[in-house]
Amino acid sequence: MLLNEFLLLGAALFAIGVYGVLARRNGVMVLMSIELILNSVNINLVAFGALHGTVVGQIFALFVITIAAAEVGVGLAIVLMLYRNRASIDLDEVDAMRG
Amino acid sequence: MVAQHIAFGFIAASVIIGALRVVTTGNVVHAALWLVMVLAGVGASFLLVGAEFVGVTQILVYIGAIIVLFLFGIMLTRAPIGREVQLTNRNWAIGVVVALAIAGVLGYALIDAFGTDKLPDESRQFTATVSDTLFQQYLIPFEVVSVLLLAALVGAIVLARKE
Amino acid sequence: MILHWVWLMPFIMAMSFVAILFFGKRLPKKGSEIGIVAVGACFVIALLAAGSWISRVNDAQHTAPAPAAATAGHGSTEAASTSNNEVVGENGGGGGGAEEHTVDPVTTEKTWFEIGGEKFTVGTMVDGLSVMMLVVVTIISLLVHIYSTDYVGGDRRYTHYFAFLSLFTASMLMLVMSSNTLQFITSWELVGLCSFALIGHWWEEKPNSDAALKAFITNRVGDVGLLVGMIILFWSAGSFDILRIDSLANTGGIDHLLLLVAACSLTAAVMSKSGQFVLHTWLPDAMAGPTPVSALIHAATMVVAGIFMVARLYPVFFHGLSIGDGNLNLLAIVGAVTVVGGAGLAFVQADIKKVLAYSTVSQLGYMVMALGVGAWTAALFHLFTHAFFKAGLFLGSGSVAHSVHSFDMKEDMGGMKKFMPKTYWTFLVCTGALIGLPPLAGFWSKDEILAGGHQLGTHNAYEIFMVVGVVGALMTAAYMTRCVYLTFFGEPRGAAADPHHHPHESGPRIVVPLYILSALAVVAGLVNFPWGPDSVKLRFEHFVQPVGEYFPHLGVVEFVWPLAIISTLVVLAGVGLAYAYWFRGAFHGVTERSRVARGGYVVLANKYYFDHLYTGVIADGTKGPIARASYWVNQNVIDGVVNAVGIGSRKVAEFLYGTVDQEVVDGAVNGSGFGAEGAGQLLRRIQSGKVQQYGALLFGGAVILAGVLVFTL
Repeated sequence: MLLNEFLLLGAALFAIGVYGVLARRNGVMVLMSIELILNSVNINLVAFGALHGTVVGQIFALFVITIAAAEVGVGLAIVLMLYRNRASIDLDEVDAMRG
Repeated sequence: MVAQHIAFGFIAASVIIGALRVVTTGNVVHAALWLVMVLAGVGASFLLVGAEFVGVTQILVYIGAIIVLFLFGIMLTRAPIGREVQLTNRNWAIGVVVALAIAGVLGYALIDAFGTDKLPDESRQFTATVSDTLFQQYLIPFEVVSVLLLAALVGAIVLARKE
Repeated sequence: MILHWVWLMPFIMAMSFVAILFFGKRLPKKGSEIGIVAVGACFVIALLAAGSWISRVNDAQHTAPAPAAATAGHGSTEAASTSNNEVVGENGGGGGGAEEHTVDPVTTEKTWFEIGGEKFTVGTMVDGLSVMMLVVVTIISLLVHIYSTDYVGGDRRYTHYFAFLSLFTASMLMLVMSSNTLQFITSWELVGLCSFALIGHWWEEKPNSDAALKAFITNRVGDVGLLVGMIILFWSAGSFDILRIDSLANTGGIDHLLLLVAACSLTAAVMSKSGQFVLHTWLPDAMAGPTPVSALIHAATMVVAGIFMVARLYPVFFHGLSIGDGNLNLLAIVGAVTVVGGAGLAFVQADIKKVLAYSTVSQLGYMVMALGVGAWTAALFHLFTHAFFKAGLFLGSGSVAHSVHSFDMKEDMGGMKKFMPKTYWTFLVCTGALIGLPPLAGFWSKDEILAGGHQLGTHNAYEIFMVVGVVGALMTAAYMTRCVYLTFFGEPRGAAADPHHHPHESGPRIVVPLYILSALAVVAGLVNFPWGPDSVKLRFEHFVQPVGEYFPHLGVVEFVWPLAIISTLVVLAGVGLAYAYWFRGAFHGVTERSRVARGGYVVLANKYYFDHLYTGVIADGTKGPIARASYWVNQNVIDGVVNAVGIGSRKVAEFLYGTVDQEVVDGAVNGSGFGAEGAGQLLRRIQSGKVQQYGALLFGGAVILAGVLVFTL
């Protein structure tokens, strides 16, 4: 298999994830898009690890998964706080830091 | 070889379609479910490459825990279930532009750099090797990540508890 | 020796002034005792000084002459210590039969202050002239002090009066012993100040304060000439020292033109201080002061300060006005005019003191005229004798006025001879001395002046002045006879005739000074007796006339019998005319019958219209048109310029404020503010508060950077 197959897949996933981060209105949807990005990174890591025949790629991917899990936990807690204070998680309305 | 390619194509198609649906669907729960499809596909691609431990871990952790977490989040924030609402904000066009720009740059760089590099035929990585490396060379990061998980746990509780 | 200590005299009098001011009121005699004791002490010192000078001159005469003619340096150039210069030598100038010897004056000096290398000193210079003046001043002052204790007794400002008498005496003494012109000017002004204070002694009455002001201001006009003259002398001689100025002037060290200008300027000062025409107008008005003051200041001492100045600085006048060459000079002409003018005015006065005042003016004219023809000794001899008899006349008039409480002869006197015999006889003796009856004092001194006019000057150039002197003598005799008649003869009038209050003779403190003065009026002439052995003859001239480098060589004036006889006859004629008019009633009604006589009378009664000239024409002219013109210039021209400058500045300021500051500067400042605000407003839109927008910017930026890296590296 071509290395580029996996890498391009990752790139596409990354782009889609970025679009989701920028264009989704719901906070939870934004977090989901961030998951997409993280997954694309994982694909890259594993592919390169396989290319070089080491296991390090996998280990890094493992760490990324762990951290993604932690991040989603905290992120959802924040979204929950946001919902509690405003009764809405529409990110278009969150502009209190407007200058 | 051909089978791998076909398998990969199938996986790639499902991942891309799923991702697209995640970012364009109007139903939040549907988005979570499409995300499941994406995550599964990614796990399958791991297995295809030979990273068996990560592949399984992906399915276990991501689909098993994180999606559940998302669904809980959706439930707790009273997201409208079943109704199509506008979930795309006003400035989505900029998002398209940026995404395409990223895709373009990355695509060009990758094709330019890695051209027609081939993965080795036998690229299976044993779980034993992973555990050995993890608990010998990368022990400290492993412990640090544990502490990080603890911090995230405590943080989430502190943030989300009722006063 | 005593001549070094003469400065004690003004010092004692100054201390007396201060003591009387501070303690006088508490003393039993209200301060007059301090004054009398002080003046008495000064009189004693003056006599001792005179004796010392006489012996000095005698010693100089008997010293063997030194072969070289060099005179020793004067003590005047040494600073900060007293110097005693007794070196004498033979005067190389040779000359007539009398032995000539140089007698240097005795000088003392102390440095007062120093500016830029120029030393200013105070000091004394004593020679025969100073000693003579010291004696005169102290004796008259002493007699006046004693007289005043009776005359001014019970006055509202008795102590103050005696204080100023002391100050005046101090200033006059300092004047006559000054060694430099600065000191001279200072004491000149001081005597003027004392004159002002004493004339205005009863200043509550306006005429008295007016008279005091008139005296002071008229003197001020003359003082301009004094200052100009002294400044010229300082710059041309390079020093304030009088001996130095005199020596330089006498030996040709100063340019003739400068001497001429200085002499003319100084003549202006003489005219004001010594009551010469045209600045004499203050002297008759000064009679508003108490009579002893008139006697002391305006007869015997202060008014002779001008004469003294000319005598002191004689080389300046002698060479400046070319007196020795028979030049008809300013001094002589002024003196001659004064002689006749003053005498004329004395005829029409009703106030006895005014008669005496004009008489003083006339006699001062004699002295100035004598100096103008070169008869130096004659002028000073006349000063000497005049002091005694004029003071006697004034004090006598005061005695009469003291008993009738009025000075008006026509209204309040007459027949006083039987009421006040002692006053009458002393007054008569002094009158005789004044008009020049031999052998009284005035005869000798006046005759010497006439002889001087006759003999001095080349080719008898000064004969005209002799004629003037003779005419003056005639007039003097006439008006004094009139005065004596009106006061002492005839029937008592007015206050004298008051049946309840008969006038009586005055007390001893008034009469004794009269006796002393009339005695002096008799014998004073003998000090310059023209005949006799050498030890007796011409003593005054011998001791007083300076001989030395600093005094010009004067012509000798000899006593001539024809002149003496003619002048005596003229005097008797004058007496006779007046006698005929007053005692016998002849010539009465001339003014009614003759228009010329009436016109002359009117002119005399209006004092030649001098007062009208000064106040009406000059003062009013300045007050009126000139003052108005200068006011116009001030208001319109000067103020106009100032106002225009002010308005201009204000307009410039308004422009600057309105246009430059408000619009340009503020515009720039505001513009920068607006610019910053506008830029801020523009940039503000980036801060939307939306996280996704920030994310977009972040990702976009990262992509661009990545693109740059990928596509260029």
